[in-house]
Amino acid sequence: MRYLPLTPEDRQAMLAKIGAQSVDDLFVDVPEEARLTGPIHGLPMHAGEMAVEAHMKALARKNHAAGDMPFFLGAGAYRHHVPASVDHIIQRGEFLTAYTPYQPEIAQGTLQTLFEFQTQVARLFGVDVANASMYDGSTACWEAITMAGRITKRSKAILSSGLHPHYVSVAKTMAKFTKDHLAYAAPRFDAATDGQDLLDQIDDETSCVVVQYPDILGRIADLSALAEKARAHKALLIAVVTEPVALGAISSPGEMGADIVLGEGQSLGVGLQFGGPYVGLFGCKQKYVRQMPGRLCGETVDAEGKRGFVLTLSTREQHIRREKATSNICTNSGLCALAFTAHMTLLGEKGLRQLAMLNHKKAVQAADRLSAIPGATLMNRSFFNEFTLVLDKDARPIVRALAEQRILAGVSLGRLYPQEKSLAHGLIVAVTETVSEEDVEALAAAVEGALA
Amino acid sequence: MTMLAEGRPTKQEDNLTMSEQAISTHTGNRALMVDEPLIFEIGSPDRTGVDLPEAPDVASRLGGLERQTPIAVPGLSEGETVRHYTRLSRQNYAIDVGLFPLGSCTMKHNPRLNEKIARLKGFADIHPLQPVESVQGALGVINELAVWLIKLTGMHGVAMTPKAGAHGELCGILCIRAALEARGDAREVILVPESAHGTNPATAAFAGYKVEDIPANSDGRVDLEALKARLGPDVAGVMITNPNTCGLFEPDMKAISDAVHAAGGFVYCDGANFNAIVGKVRPGDLGVDAMHINLHKTFSTPHGGGGPGSGPVVLSEALAPYGPLPFTERHADGHLTLVEEETVEDRHPHTFGRMSAFHGQMGIFTRALTYILSHGADGLKQVAEDAVLNANYILRSLEDVLDAPFAHSGPCMHEALFSDKGFSNGLSTLDLAKGMIDEGYHPMTMYFPLVVHGAMLVEPTETESKAAIDQFVGAFRSVAERAKAGDELLKSAPHFAPRRRLDETQAARNPILVWTEPEAFAEAAE
Repeated sequence: MRYLPLTPEDRQAMLAKIGAQSVDDLFVDVPEEARLTGPIHGLPMHAGEMAVEAHMKALARKNHAAGDMPFFLGAGAYRHHVPASVDHIIQRGEFLTAYTPYQPEIAQGTLQTLFEFQTQVARLFGVDVANASMYDGSTACWEAITMAGRITKRSKAILSSGLHPHYVSVAKTMAKFTKDHLAYAAPRFDAATDGQDLLDQIDDETSCVVVQYPDILGRIADLSALAEKARAHKALLIAVVTEPVALGAISSPGEMGADIVLGEGQSLGVGLQFGGPYVGLFGCKQKYVRQMPGRLCGETVDAEGKRGFVLTLSTREQHIRREKATSNICTNSGLCALAFTAHMTLLGEKGLRQLAMLNHKKAVQAADRLSAIPGATLMNRSFFNEFTLVLDKDARPIVRALAEQRILAGVSLGRLYPQEKSLAHGLIVAVTETVSEEDVEALAAAVEGALA
Repeated sequence: MTMLAEGRPTKQEDNLTMSEQAISTHTGNRALMVDEPLIFEIGSPDRTGVDLPEAPDVASRLGGLERQTPIAVPGLSEGETVRHYTRLSRQNYAIDVGLFPLGSCTMKHNPRLNEKIARLKGFADIHPLQPVESVQGALGVINELAVWLIKLTGMHGVAMTPKAGAHGELCGILCIRAALEARGDAREVILVPESAHGTNPATAAFAGYKVEDIPANSDGRVDLEALKARLGPDVAGVMITNPNTCGLFEPDMKAISDAVHAAGGFVYCDGANFNAIVGKVRPGDLGVDAMHINLHKTFSTPHGGGGPGSGPVVLSEALAPYGPLPFTERHADGHLTLVEEETVEDRHPHTFGRMSAFHGQMGIFTRALTYILSHGADGLKQVAEDAVLNANYILRSLEDVLDAPFAHSGPCMHEALFSDKGFSNGLSTLDLAKGMIDEGYHPMTMYFPLVVHGAMLVEPTETESKAAIDQFVGAFRSVAERAKAGDELLKSAPHFAPRRRLDETQAARNPILVWTEPEAFAEAAE
C-alpha cells in the first residue's frame, strides 16, 4: 500500500518493543464480539493510482463542465476566471498541509495571509474589521443573525425577500431550535427591491434586518435609509454579499451604514466546485468585534520585538469557552481564504474595478439581447452581473431542455422556490467575464426557440 | 535582545550568539530565512497581476450606486504575487515538511492523486444548481462516498452536507432534538464527559441544551455508574468521543448505549478519532445513533492551514428520517436524483431542514473518495492498525522518561498521552513544546485533554515510518530530559524558528485585526 511505510519487519520490531504478540493485542479494549476479523464485506480492496484515476474520471465525465458550453448560472455561486498562479500558491505543501496556526512561531505564513485576508475583506465591505473566514455565505448569514441577537438581546430578525432562499432555509432551520422569530416572505417580480416593506417592519423589538446586495433577483438598492431606521430603533443592519466582485463597481454596504457585512467569497479564487468548499466572509463595526464569530488573526510582536501574527480573542471560541462560546465553528475555510487573498492580490483595486465593469457591461449587453426575444422581459432596472428574465412560459423545463442541448441557461426560480407558483416563469441569468458574445447568441437563439 | 541575557547558554548557543553578533546582514535576512512585508506595504492599488479585455462601451445600470470611494486593496504583478506567497509559505511547518504529531488532529500524508482528481473539470467546474441530469457524476461521487461511510460504520444513513466536524456535531444533535420533539418528548440535558472536545458542549448549548459533565474514572474512561445514575427522563442524550480524547477506547461503549437507550435518550459519538478504528469495529454495532466523520482527518483531505473540512454524519435507523436537506437518492436503474425542498414532502417529511446552501463540501468528497478507493477495505483496516501500532510504540518508548498517566491500563489507540509530572519547577508543557520546534518538529497537542495536568497528546498517524518515529522519539526524549533537568533555555525556546515566542496577551488586549497605513505615510501622501 503506497501510503503506508511500515514493513512487516518494522511491525514485528515495534510489537516486540511494545510487548505485544500481535496488533490485535492493541485492540483489546474493543469488545471481542464487535471486533471485525477481516476486511468489511462487500467493499473493494486497495487499488493503484491508475485504476482509481480511471474510476474517478469516468464519474467526472458524466458531468457537464461549465467551461465546455455556454454557461449562465449564478444565484449564489459564480464562474470567474481564476488566474493560474492562484492554484499554484494554494498547492504549496507548506500551505496545503499545515494545520490551524496554533503554534505561531512556525505558522507565520498562514497567519500573515489571514491578516491580509481580513484587511482585504474589511476594505472591500467598507467595515472596520473582518474575521479569518467562515464555512460559507449561508452559515455566515445565520451566525450574523445570532450575533445581532447577542448584541441587541432581541430575537426578531427581518429577512428581506431578496435574500438567497437557501440562506433563508438555513436561518429557518436554526431558528426552529433557538426560538428566534424570523419575518420573511418570498420575492415578487418588481423592478424595485422590498426596501420600503422592510422599513415599515423595523420596530423596537427588531434585532436585525438582513438584506442581500445585490439581491437574489439581481437588483441593487441603496441601503442608507434602512441603516438609519435600524439605528433609530437600536436594531442592526446586516448586509449579505453573494457576489463580492460587485463591490468593485458599486458602493460597499459598510459605507452605507451596515453594521455587519457578510458574504460568499467563492467568486474570487475558489471556483464552482458543485457548491463547496466555499469561503464565508464576515466583517463588522469595531465596536462589535468581541461578539464576532469565527477565528481572528491579530498583530503582535515576538520576544525580540519583531512583528508577528497570532490567533487572538480565542476566549470567544468553543475550544476555550465550551458551552459559552459565540459559535460552534472550529475548522473554518483557511485554504479557500488563501485562494481569495491571492486572487485579490493579483487583481488589486485596479484589476477588481476592471473586472467588475467588464462583468457589468457584458451583463448589460446580454440583458438587452435576451429581453429583445419575444416572450422574454427584463425585470430589473438595476443589476450588476445577473438579472431576472420573466418568460411567458415556465422557465424550469426550458432550463432542463437547454441543458440537453449543452447550454446551461441560468437558474430557474422554480428550482429555487418550488412552492411559489407565481415565480415559475422567472430565470436568473448571470454573465461574468467568462461569457463570450457567441455564448450569448447561442443562449438567445435557444431561448427564442423554446419560447416560440 | 541576545540569548546570553536569558540564562545559561550551551556551547552551541554561545557560538550562535557570537556569530549573530559578528555578522549582521544588510537586509536583516539570513539566507533562506527571509522576512516578508505585508502586501499593503509592497503593493499599490494601481498595480495589477491580471490583463483583462476592455469592457464593452455601453451605459451602466448600477442604480446610481457606482462606487465613489477607494477600495484600497493593493495589487502586485504575477511574479511578485507568487514570490510573496512562496516566501510566506516557507515560514510554515506542514506535513510535507515533517512529522506533525498533533494529537486529535490526525495530520497524515495528503496523497496528491486526491488533489489531481478534485481538479478535474467535471468536478471543479460544475455549478451546484445545474439540472441534475447534467451532474449525474457529481451525485454519483456523493452517493458512492455515502455508501462507503455507511458500510464502514455499520449505520443506516448519512447526512453529507455538514461542512466540518463541529457542524456535523450540530447536525447530529439537531437530529436528536428533532426525533425527541417528534415524539413530543422535550428533554433539556445533554451529558458530556469532562474529557470531551470543547466543540461538544458548545454544540449542545447552541442547539438549546443544558450541558452537564460526566466524570472520568481513574483509567481515563467514562464512569459508567456515574453516567447511569444521572440518566433520566430529562436527558436527551450523551455526546461521547470514542476513541476518547485520552487516546483510549471506551470498552463500555455498548453498555453506555444500552443504558442511554433504555432511558429514552440517544447516543452521539464524536467521530474525530475514527481513524483509529476504521475497519476494526463499526460504531453501529456499539449502539451509536449519530457520529460525524471528519473527512479531513480519517480520510486525509488537506487541513489547509485551518480548513476547509467536511463532517458527514452517519445516522441510526431511529435518527435518519430527521437528517438535513438536500441528499442524493439512487434509483434502481442507477439514475440519481436530489431530495430538496421541492420533493421533501413526499420523500423526507421529517427532516429538520437545511444546514447550508447547496450540497456540502464536494471538493472534499472527491478527495476522500479517492483516498478510500486507493486504500480499499483492506488498506483502511491497515491504516487503523498502523496508526495504533505507531502510537503504542511511542508510548512504550517514552514512558520511562515521561509520565504516561493511563499507560498502566493497557494499550492506547492512535495517540499517546503524557503529563508534565516530573518537570523541573518553572518548566511547563509549553516550554517542552517550544523546544520541540527547535528540534524541527511541530509540537504535540498541549494542555488537552483537560483531565491530565500539562497534557501532551501525541498522534503520529500511520504514514510515518519507523525511522521517522525513532528520530522523533529521540528528540522528544532529549527535550523531556532537559525539562526535567530544569534547562532554562527551554523557557525562551524556540530559538531557531522564523519568530521567537509571540506576545499573545498584547494581541488580545489591544487587538490589531487589520492593517492601517502608518500615519506619517498617510500624511505624506496627502
